[in-house]
Amino acid sequence: MTITAPPASGLDAPPPRPTRRPRAVRSAVRRVTGVTAPYGFVAPFFMIFFVFGLFPMAYTFWVSLTDRDLLRPNDAKMIGLRNYTDLLHDEFFWNAVKNTFELMLLCTVPQLALALILAHILNARLRGRMLFRMGVLLPNITSIVAVTIVFGQLFSRDFGLFNWLLGLVGIDNVNWQAGEWSSKIAIAMMVVWRWTGYNALIYLAAMQAIPKEQFEAAAIDGAGTWRQLWHVTLPALRPTIAFTALVSLIGQIQLFTEPLLFDISPGSVSGGTDRQFQTLALFLYEEGFRLRHFGYGSAVAWLMFLLTVILAAFAYFLTRGGARIRGSSLIGGASRGGPGTRRLGHRGPRRPSSGGSAGRATGQAAARPAGQAAGRPAEAAASPAPAPAPASANDDSTPGGSS
Amino acid sequence: MSVTIDKAGDADTASPQAPPRSGGWRRLRRPAPGPASEDERRGLWRYPFLIVVVLLSAFPVYWTFMIPSRTNDVVGQTPPPLLPGGHFFENARRVFDTVEFEKALINSLVVAGSITLCTLFFCSLAGFAFAKLRFRGRGALLAIVIATMMVPVQLGIIPLYIEMQKFGWANHLIAVIAPTAVTAFGVVFMRQYTEQAIPDELLEAGRMDGCSTFGLYWHVVLPGLRPAMAVLGLLTFMQAWNDFMWPLIVLSPQNPTVQVALSTLSAGYYRDNTLVLAGTALGTLPVLLIFAVFGRQIISGIMEGAVKG
Repeated sequence: MTITAPPASGLDAPPPRPTRRPRAVRSAVRRVTGVTAPYGFVAPFFMIFFVFGLFPMAYTFWVSLTDRDLLRPNDAKMIGLRNYTDLLHDEFFWNAVKNTFELMLLCTVPQLALALILAHILNARLRGRMLFRMGVLLPNITSIVAVTIVFGQLFSRDFGLFNWLLGLVGIDNVNWQAGEWSSKIAIAMMVVWRWTGYNALIYLAAMQAIPKEQFEAAAIDGAGTWRQLWHVTLPALRPTIAFTALVSLIGQIQLFTEPLLFDISPGSVSGGTDRQFQTLALFLYEEGFRLRHFGYGSAVAWLMFLLTVILAAFAYFLTRGGARIRGSSLIGGASRGGPGTRRLGHRGPRRPSSGGSAGRATGQAAARPAGQAAGRPAEAAASPAPAPAPASANDDSTPGGSS
Repeated sequence: MSVTIDKAGDADTASPQAPPRSGGWRRLRRPAPGPASEDERRGLWRYPFLIVVVLLSAFPVYWTFMIPSRTNDVVGQTPPPLLPGGHFFENARRVFDTVEFEKALINSLVVAGSITLCTLFFCSLAGFAFAKLRFRGRGALLAIVIATMMVPVQLGIIPLYIEMQKFGWANHLIAVIAPTAVTAFGVVFMRQYTEQAIPDELLEAGRMDGCSTFGLYWHVVLPGLRPAMAVLGLLTFMQAWNDFMWPLIVLSPQNPTVQVALSTLSAGYYRDNTLVLAGTALGTLPVLLIFAVFGRQIISGIMEGAVKG
């Protein structure tokens, strides 16, 4: 396993080729480089991270305690927490918080729901599936700038395609940018368009790691494809869904390009005339780089970070809570499948071993046989393994099943 | 999340019942499914849905290229035109006359190219160390790497800007390249792949032949990492090409990347749709070409990364 351990004696590594350097010296050199080389290999990451990541982060906190601007860059007055107290009384800040959260919901929920459905449709033996996969991923490779420009054109009031289509069904031209909700819906559509396919591919990968027998068992028990999605796929995908939700929420906190470029007044960074779609990131940009309030902007950055940490902790406890519920099935013999699955379970007296094989390498191994011993074999199908399924749970037809 | 990645990886190699891995990710490229089964005929309803989804996905991209092929008069009509015309090159030329687009293209190429090369080299090096070398503090260092993936980039953006000014890098491309020259995602990605694709015996054999540790990386590990390098390289290049906020802050409109030039264009010439979208089309073309050629690898990379968490 370890290959850096320097040879303890000459027996370990007889030099196959004669070298000019005596063996003792060589092994001493080897010993030194063997010990330091790994640190040298990982050093670039840590150097870059320290200089451009950690230090600016810590420095942000210090800057946020000062009052400084670009006109007097070296004249920073220490003002303690006043930037923070000012922020908490700044209605523009709270407006940005509100907008960010509203956009977060509008972007994340439809995006993940659509991705799940799309992944379920993709999860079958399809002809030309690589073409379909490329098709759904296409939006994600275009730049956010390009997406916002194109959608801005599609959403334009007088010549936009969307308003023309709405006109066909008798709806008057909508001034998308001006409205409190219409502007947010437009921005959410850009985000949803760009990210749904990407998340669908992630869900698809996780779905393919679910042991096939679980679907087969459900099918034999009479569950159609959509009930399989609900009763087999969704429970198995919970960790993946939690993960994508977290990533997506953190992404939405940083939503910047769309609200910046969707604003049609040139050079505006206020997120619409009434700040109706100014997000926190845009507010940070306005304060920090337009108004050059470095201290105030840094305080915004720290509050955004705080928000991110809270969200991450929330997601962590949600998934941990999920794990606890799964663990409790160890005692109770898993009864969270709901009435639907239980009915399915009683109709199929089969699969004495497949449930065990599905859970073999997971932490739930003990839960499955317990459920079976209680005379409910199909419970194993109703509470499948967590999504990042271990390698041994996969057969050859589940690509990407390696965890 | 973070810790399970590590453990899963270790368990993977240690687990005796794990089937031998042939070619790591190649399994995604399975041959086409066999003859139509009962299953397949029942799944026919999926195709119309998927075709609609793909059309919706492709439509805005089509629009990006269709609008600049018309003139502004036609674009302003109701209903808007839906088919391409013959004015694309004319509008594309106007883009180069209006903003520093040539410079922007070169800048973006330099930035994305350098970031990609640096990322590939440093990430594979660190990934190799984390996967195969044993050293004090390895676990803790890896945990730090993974933890940094969760830190939002915007947190340090103001001091980063101050820092770049102090370095005298503001408005230079190096200011865009340096902060992303090696990413935590890349390190974790490479570590994962090295772990499963490079057998320990190969490394021991290399040791026997008298390779130094770096020699092992260069002669043994690097050739074996080619498929992963391709995927990481493609993802990194596209991400660097599309990056916007930091280049916008640190570069000037006179020395822009493509995305910064596009934002200047769209802010200044809002009414000139064919001009703005011609620029957008030109700026999107490189990633579209990459996607057309390497889409398969990109997709397998995303899906593999997903399962690994």
